[in-house]
Amino acid sequence: MTTKTDKIDRLAELTAARAEPEHGLGLWREAFRRLKRNPMAVSGAVIVLLFLVIAILAPWLAPYDPEARTWDHEVFQNQNIFVGPRAENWLGLDNAGRDELSRIIVGARQSLLVGVVATGLGFAVGALLGGLAGAAVGLGGRVGQRVDAVIMRVVDMLLAMPSLLLAVSVAAILGPSLLTVMVAVGVTQVPIFARLLRGSMLAQSHSDYVLAANALGVKRRRIVLGHIVPNSLGPVLVQGTLSLATAIIEAAALSYLGLGNPDTSYPEWGSMLADAQRFLSGAPQLAIYPAIVIIITALGFTLLGEAMRESLDPKLRK
Amino acid sequence: MLRFIVRRLLQLIPTLFGLSILLFVWLHRLPGGPEAAILGDRGTAQQRAEIRTTLGLDEPIWVQYGRFMKRLASLDLGTSIQSGRPVTEEFFTRFPATVELALTAMVIATVVGIPLGYLAARRRGGLLDFGAVTSSLVGICVPVFFLAYLFKVIFAVNLGLLPSSGRQTPGIDATHPTGFYVLDGLLTGEFDASWDAFAHLILPGLALSSIPLAIIVRMTRASVLEVLGEDYVRTAEAKGLQENTVRVRHVLRNAMLPVVTAIGLLTGGLLSGAVLTESVFAFGGIGSFIRTAIDFRDYPVLMGFIMLIATTYVLINLLVDISYSVLDPRVRVR
Repeated sequence: MTTKTDKIDRLAELTAARAEPEHGLGLWREAFRRLKRNPMAVSGAVIVLLFLVIAILAPWLAPYDPEARTWDHEVFQNQNIFVGPRAENWLGLDNAGRDELSRIIVGARQSLLVGVVATGLGFAVGALLGGLAGAAVGLGGRVGQRVDAVIMRVVDMLLAMPSLLLAVSVAAILGPSLLTVMVAVGVTQVPIFARLLRGSMLAQSHSDYVLAANALGVKRRRIVLGHIVPNSLGPVLVQGTLSLATAIIEAAALSYLGLGNPDTSYPEWGSMLADAQRFLSGAPQLAIYPAIVIIITALGFTLLGEAMRESLDPKLRK
Repeated sequence: MLRFIVRRLLQLIPTLFGLSILLFVWLHRLPGGPEAAILGDRGTAQQRAEIRTTLGLDEPIWVQYGRFMKRLASLDLGTSIQSGRPVTEEFFTRFPATVELALTAMVIATVVGIPLGYLAARRRGGLLDFGAVTSSLVGICVPVFFLAYLFKVIFAVNLGLLPSSGRQTPGIDATHPTGFYVLDGLLTGEFDASWDAFAHLILPGLALSSIPLAIIVRMTRASVLEVLGEDYVRTAEAKGLQENTVRVRHVLRNAMLPVVTAIGLLTGGLLSGAVLTESVFAFGGIGSFIRTAIDFRDYPVLMGFIMLIATTYVLINLLVDISYSVLDPRVRVR
């Protein structure tokens, strides 16, 4: 009996939950209002902000010089003698007698920089390609379709290339450096952004308001630039936030493969993690600290991105 | 249906052709060359030039490309500069390893991911849902090579439960008619060899499955939630269908569409060489071989391997599209 009544209740719920009293707020303000109430978004934003502040203030926050081998007489990696957390070094010392906490704090700079620049690069090039293709379709005509076809075939080729391979070959051209990591990670994100913006623009171009604008005689170019593009940016921004997480992880992977910044005077989480794997049995904490900050930072961007996706997508609303 | 498949296969040709040109120019533009790797720092300019001439690298790039295409027409991808063996042979001795690893990871991800995502959606807001969503969010953020290394140290080195590297314990005398070690053992009746190869797959497979698993859980959950709110599910429930019928025929079937796409794309991605996992476990698949080929500027291997991988990737996409029409009759393939 109870299941039956449950079912009826659920049906009633489903039918009733249709009307939503939303006042005429714009899409973005509406989305932002929902974001503020979403615990996922708030915790993601807090994490991201925290690490941004740490990265900016790193030289003043770090208790010691991250490069000073002040305690190297206490650490003997060959004999498996490491120094764990203690009062003067909260996270202990690394394999060269440097303060681990200072290295983690200063490392936030490079890791975040790589993430932001790489994603910015992928976003800029990808959105340009995808936007061109989408606009070409929107402007219509045979030429437009040709342009779209050519651009998208190139993007497809990029997508069919294994992304890490793309990154490794970029590194082979530029030689291992910080710039290499940024370009290499950015290049792998180009096809994602391109496809996404184009798809989103195509979806918008079939919507009612575009049809209406068309019927009113609005110029095609204005429809594309004034209506389709701004309304297609939502998913791309979401992807951008999610890509920041991937970029940080991929940068770490490149460091692991030995393609990261060879200039070790600035610590970076990826290379710290890669280096520490040699001592995983003697000093597992040296790998675990950078791994944890990488995971937390990536998690912050992921939470924020997912919450943005939910708040921009009316279908996922509760 | 057949026309659709044929048309898609024909569309493949210009894409792969374009890719081959792009790749050829790109690779030959890489600074350095195989002569540097062969001779090291010691070679004289004359020796370098000699090697370039023997390999045909001193000719204009379009002549070299023409030769590559001519060979390709007879399905010959050339010989590896590093090993002197045919590229196709190098590929097909390593590809089974990658396929085994990718399939293991995807089977783990699918078998765990879909039920977990489904249950999370059915009990939305519950403890299971919370756990599934949280762990999948974290799962995406863990660097795979770190996870692989952690597994290796904990389960192989410290606990000694599973083998730590390679595809098979050295010293096991097994015949390999297909190159798929697990399958080989089953075919020849050498079950202990088969089991040994399987044990070697567990840790790398688990590590590699972490990201696909997280993605599949979240996609299944989101997709099931969306379908549960659809009118036809309400109708099916309202007309008093058996709960199981609604679940399987209405909810799960419709919710699977985006998940199938994701599984296809993820498999394609894994087949292109799980370089990181392979290098941690010294697994000897195509990923690590490509990595060394780049350092060696082994052009034939790079061209051949990447073209074969790209073809596989596009074919998997085609399979995904075909499975669409099986799952969803609305998707009439034109």
